[in-house]
Amino acid sequence: MMLEILTYPDPRLKEPSTTVETFDEELRNFLSNLEETMRAGPGGVGIAAPQVGRFQRIAIVDVSSHKKVTKHHGRLVLINPEITDWDGFEIAREGCMSVPDYTGNVIRATHIKLTAQNENAEIKYFEMEGYEARAVQHELDHLDGLLFLDRLVSRRHDLFQRKTHQKKK
Amino acid sequence: MKNWFMLALVGQDRVGIVAQITDALYRGGCNLGEASMLRLGTSFTMMMMVNTQLDENTLISVIQPTAEKLGLHLHLDQIEGELHPHPEPDVKIVVHGADRAGIVAQVTGELANAGLNILDLETGVGGSDKKPFYFMQIEGNATQGMEALQLALEKLKETLQGNIDINLSPLETFDL
Ligand SMILES: [Zn+2]
Repeated sequence: MMLEILTYPDPRLKEPSTTVETFDEELRNFLSNLEETMRAGPGGVGIAAPQVGRFQRIAIVDVSSHKKVTKHHGRLVLINPEITDWDGFEIAREGCMSVPDYTGNVIRATHIKLTAQNENAEIKYFEMEGYEARAVQHELDHLDGLLFLDRLVSRRHDLFQRKTHQKKK
Repeated sequence: MKNWFMLALVGQDRVGIVAQITDALYRGGCNLGEASMLRLGTSFTMMMMVNTQLDENTLISVIQPTAEKLGLHLHLDQIEGELHPHPEPDVKIVVHGADRAGIVAQVTGELANAGLNILDLETGVGGSDKKPFYFMQIEGNATQGMEALQLALEKLKETLQGNIDINLSPLETFDL
C-alpha cells in the first residue's frame, strides 16, 4: 500500500522521531508499505518513516539503481540507526520526496560507520561511502526533523573553488 | 489581473540594497517570485520576478525613488511568468586553465552546437596577478545527449592543444 508523503512546509517534518521498541508484524507491514512508497517515485532511493507521518527511527535506503554507484549494500532497512564515525566531505546535489521540485547542494561526509537494527531487531554494523553514505545521512536527518534545506550550501562555494583556494596557500 | 515582470537592478554594491528594494516592492503591493541577487566585481546585481496588479509605469514609480537613492540602474520587462517547475540540470562542465581571451565564447559555442542548454554559468579569475588562471562552471541540459557534448569537448581540447582542462560530468538527482 502506498503511503502519503508529507511535503514541505508541513510542520510535522520538523518533528524528531522516537526509538523503535517493538519489532512485530505491524512493523514489518509498515516497512513493506514504506518501501513500496519509496520505489514508486522514478528516482526514489531512500525514505524515512517521518516522511509518511510515522515518527519512529526507521529508514530504508537502496542506491543500487544509481548507475555510478559501485559500492553499496543493496536494500537496507535501518531501524534505530546511529552514525558512529564520519570522514571526509563532499558537496553534491540532493533531492527529497518531501521537498518536490527543488534540489540543492549539501555537504555530507564521504565515509561513515553506522550501526542499525534490521526488521528482526538484530544489530548490524556497516561501513559506507559515497552516495550510499550521503543517502543515509539524508535519511537520518529526517529522523531528527531536519531537511536538506537546513543544510544548503552556496552554489558559489563548491568543491572546485575550495580546491583552488587550498592550492594557493 | 496580475502581471509578471522581470525586474533587473545593477549598481555599486553597498549594505542594505536587498532590504530597501524588497521593502519598496512589498509596500507597493508586489510579490516576489524567483530571484537571483549577487555581487559581481564591485557591483551588486538583482534579477527578480515580480507579481503585481500594477502596470509597468506604476511599478517603475514604486521602485524608482529607492533605486535612485541607491544608485541602481533599473530595467523592467513584462514576462509570461508564473511559479513553474525548475528545469533540472543533467550535466556539469568545469573548465580551467591559463587565462586567455575568447575562451567563454569558444567553449559555449561548441557546446551550444552540441545541444547544451545553459541554465547556470559562472566564471572567475584566480591565482596571482602574474599567473592568473581562469575557471568556468556550467550547469545545463544536454538536449542532444552526453556523447554529443563529449565529442564537442574532445574537439575543443585538440584545438586548444592541452592549454585547458575541461571536465564533463553527468548530474543526477535522486529523491531521498
Ligand atoms: Zn528526504
